[in-house]
Amino acid sequence: MFSNILIYFVVIPVLMLAGLALCRNIKQIRAVAVVGSLALTALSVYLLVDYLALRSAGETAQMLYTGCWSWFAPLNINLAVGVDGISVAMLLLSSIILLTGSFASWKIDQPKEFFLWLVLLSTGVFGFFISIDLFTMFMFYEVALIPMYLLIGVWGSGNKNYSAMKLTLMLMGGSAFLMLGLIGIYYHSAPEGGQLTWNLLEIAQNNSIDKGWQYFLFPMTFVGFGVLGAMFPFHTWSPDGHASAPTAVSMLHAGVLMKLGGYGCFRVAIYLMPQAATDLSWIFLILTGISVVYGAFSACVQTDLKYINAYSSVSHCGLVLFAILMLNTTAMTGAIMQMLSHGLMTALFFALIGMIYGRTHTRDIRQMGGLMKIMPFLAVCYVIAGMASLGLPGLSGFVAEMTIFVGSFEQGMADYLAGAGSLRLVFTIIACCSIVITAVYILRVVGKLLLGPVQDEHHLQLTDASWWERTSTVVLILCVAGIGCFPNFFADLIRFTFSSQIFTVIGMN
Amino acid sequence: MDYSQFLAMKQEICLLVVFLLVFLNDTFMPRKAQNGLGVITCILFALFTAWGFYGVIAGADASAFAGMYVTTPVISAIKNILNVGVLIVLIQSLKWANSDVQVIRRGEFYELMLVTLFGMYLMISARHFLLFIIGLETASLPLAALVAFDKNRYESHEAAVKYVLTAVFSSAIFMMGISFVYGLSGSLYFSGIAEAVKTGVATVPLVVAIAFVIAGMGFKLSLVPFHLWTADVYQGAPTSVTSYLSVISKGSAAFAFLVIMWQVFGSVYEQAWEWMLYALIILTITIGNLFAIRQRNMKRFLAFSSISQAGYIMLGIIAMNAMGQAALMYYILVYIFSNLAAFGVIGAIENNTGKVYMEDYNGLYKTNPRLSVTMMLAMFSLAGIPPFAGFFSKFFIFTSAINQGSIAIYVLVLIALINTIISLYYYLLVVKAMFINTENECVIAPFRSACSERLGMWICVAGILALGIVSFFYDSLLTLAGC
Repeated sequence: MFSNILIYFVVIPVLMLAGLALCRNIKQIRAVAVVGSLALTALSVYLLVDYLALRSAGETAQMLYTGCWSWFAPLNINLAVGVDGISVAMLLLSSIILLTGSFASWKIDQPKEFFLWLVLLSTGVFGFFISIDLFTMFMFYEVALIPMYLLIGVWGSGNKNYSAMKLTLMLMGGSAFLMLGLIGIYYHSAPEGGQLTWNLLEIAQNNSIDKGWQYFLFPMTFVGFGVLGAMFPFHTWSPDGHASAPTAVSMLHAGVLMKLGGYGCFRVAIYLMPQAATDLSWIFLILTGISVVYGAFSACVQTDLKYINAYSSVSHCGLVLFAILMLNTTAMTGAIMQMLSHGLMTALFFALIGMIYGRTHTRDIRQMGGLMKIMPFLAVCYVIAGMASLGLPGLSGFVAEMTIFVGSFEQGMADYLAGAGSLRLVFTIIACCSIVITAVYILRVVGKLLLGPVQDEHHLQLTDASWWERTSTVVLILCVAGIGCFPNFFADLIRFTFSSQIFTVIGMN
Repeated sequence: MDYSQFLAMKQEICLLVVFLLVFLNDTFMPRKAQNGLGVITCILFALFTAWGFYGVIAGADASAFAGMYVTTPVISAIKNILNVGVLIVLIQSLKWANSDVQVIRRGEFYELMLVTLFGMYLMISARHFLLFIIGLETASLPLAALVAFDKNRYESHEAAVKYVLTAVFSSAIFMMGISFVYGLSGSLYFSGIAEAVKTGVATVPLVVAIAFVIAGMGFKLSLVPFHLWTADVYQGAPTSVTSYLSVISKGSAAFAFLVIMWQVFGSVYEQAWEWMLYALIILTITIGNLFAIRQRNMKRFLAFSSISQAGYIMLGIIAMNAMGQAALMYYILVYIFSNLAAFGVIGAIENNTGKVYMEDYNGLYKTNPRLSVTMMLAMFSLAGIPPFAGFFSKFFIFTSAINQGSIAIYVLVLIALINTIISLYYYLLVVKAMFINTENECVIAPFRSACSERLGMWICVAGILALGIVSFFYDSLLTLAGC
């Protein structure tokens, strides 16, 4: 079991939990957190390199590093692991954000409990991305959700009790639908008389869920994961939750947890039930189309920095689900790149907002101004994050959004020419407008917050970033620029998953 | 008469031996030697529990008294699950039983508890309604005495009166149902009745009889609308008795209910009682949850939470398949550990400070971190959060219910799942009080709970952590059930 590299993505966080439980002072806690997350980052980089090497050596299996250990044998529940390019990318993203999150919460109160919950949360995240067994996947998914309650409730700010409860109940509500959907999938996972299974790959191969059941189970799973992906109208937890959460939690939640939603929609709902996905995607296209535009418009009128960024996350994550529902290779590649790009970018945003808030003690943009003079480092980083968000070429946002819109347009035109209605085309055009709106709210913040006169004299005494804050932001900026400058590298990494071979398994063109 | 058939009743006889030893010790030993009465009872019972597992592994099917009494490995397993629960209750109640007020009559406490357990054994093993009713009464009436055990507290008396009246009333309703059944079939054997009930033919008298039987058992299990006694009795009874009532009494009644419904009325499942149970489950889960939200007294709070948990347990019965039986037993096992952890904390706090309200728990994490972590684990397990055992038991009971296959069951499970969200809300309220509400003064000062209380909680915590992740327990229950 321990010869499989993937298992260590769960073993290291568990060791970190044990280590943290034994820590006596803040230095030890920081050491455990940084060493552990560095180890995870190193592991995921190694995995990335090794994965690419295997692929270029001609490995064509869909999932690599697969391992399967029996758990509840009578129900055929296994601890099955395996990764493809998408999971590798997600693992890398999660470990980077955990690392930068640890740096961003260098001076937190009650550090021991905080890091215990944070690491428990990331155990769930890593476990989710390496699993290919629906049961273990779901279990890790829920492990990732519950620590949020205490992280926001204890360390949060503002209306934290309300936000923490709302976030937890809405996300668990989503997972209630999800659980029903997954149990339903299990009972239709094999043809009559066959061995039922929870294994994703086997279910896809059996392809035995008939159309009627797909129509029932697809919405269950899609909505279940969609709640976490902040799909309209189930997005309302996101602004409140992110606004109240402490910095590292906002980073991890917007950066990684919301990706669980998109990843799950793709991996479970669409992959296992392609027919229903084709027939019912219009409902969810409308909903996600609304999230894209509505999130962007809402961000324009907010005055709290965190609310602005949370609504912009709703818009960007909506774009991920939107692109997945286009069911074509280009758009899906874009969706995965958008997940990566948004994860890094939004983590950077939340880290910066946390640092600014820690100094000015306000997040209201009307009470701040001219920060460029006072803290130039943070301000420049903020501008870079903003540019990435509005899609400046050379940074990650441009690549991702460009790919998504090209793919969507392709599919929309194809639909239109085939006489299959113009819904995709219309919604692609509507969603494209969000780029402009994004520019509006980003530039508004940059203008108000960073440029212009200093609003509050007390702010003149404030200092610029300290070394741990610089580490955290520089790492994130390098990643954002990396994706932006070398998009082909990541496109290659995830391309294999969308190759024609896989698409025939899930029954698409 | 062939006396060797008594050998089939090994577990009952051993329980009687334990009971007699405790009784003799309590009655005839000198006063000084009696100080160890509680510990002796615990040790004897622990030995008995350990021995009981032999019956699960090596036991064979056996019956006695012309088939009135049966035992199988499955039956031994459920009895052992109850034993484990009783053992934890005994350990947790050591301190309370040794307190100045109770010490003079603690012997009765242990004896009455063992007698009720004997009654539950008979309920589970009975295959004839006469023996079943003897078991039911033996399990109910001594419990009323236990509920009244705090005889200086007014609430305890009130609770006992309520309990005894509902117990008698529900027995009467149950027997009414049985007499209908007897009139229809001419037999009181489970198998005899099952033969007389024609497959798929539900006559009006039969449906009425089944309704009476369900109502009678519904009182024992506190299913809505037969739940009205629960909150008052749970609140009034001493905490040790409440925990016994909420897990052991409920667990045994649930299994006995399963046996009656499947073995006696199994052939008219769709025609006669699936819809009755369906409605009861929805009512029980929903109303239990909605009432729990408003409770401020921790014992009343857990009373309503246990009502809704009973609704989840019923999902195993409506599943009507071998998986459902295993899932039900597993659910009871996990529920015993989770609920007893919660009651352990409540009992420890009550014994040391006398506080029982949720507001008193504000900031408990600051003063008593270990107690609050235990309580949090219990709450998460009851709410079904992984990786704790409650998640697995909920997942498996839903899986087994859906295995039944009809769309109606999908809807039922969806309703149950939505209810888990409501329940998560109120379980989180407790967590919130302990961990988040730390602004104001902490009500409960730091204290060190007694050794026995800590031991009880450690066992429960170990169970909560291990029962789910270690697949052995559920796998063996499935194997016993024949999957």
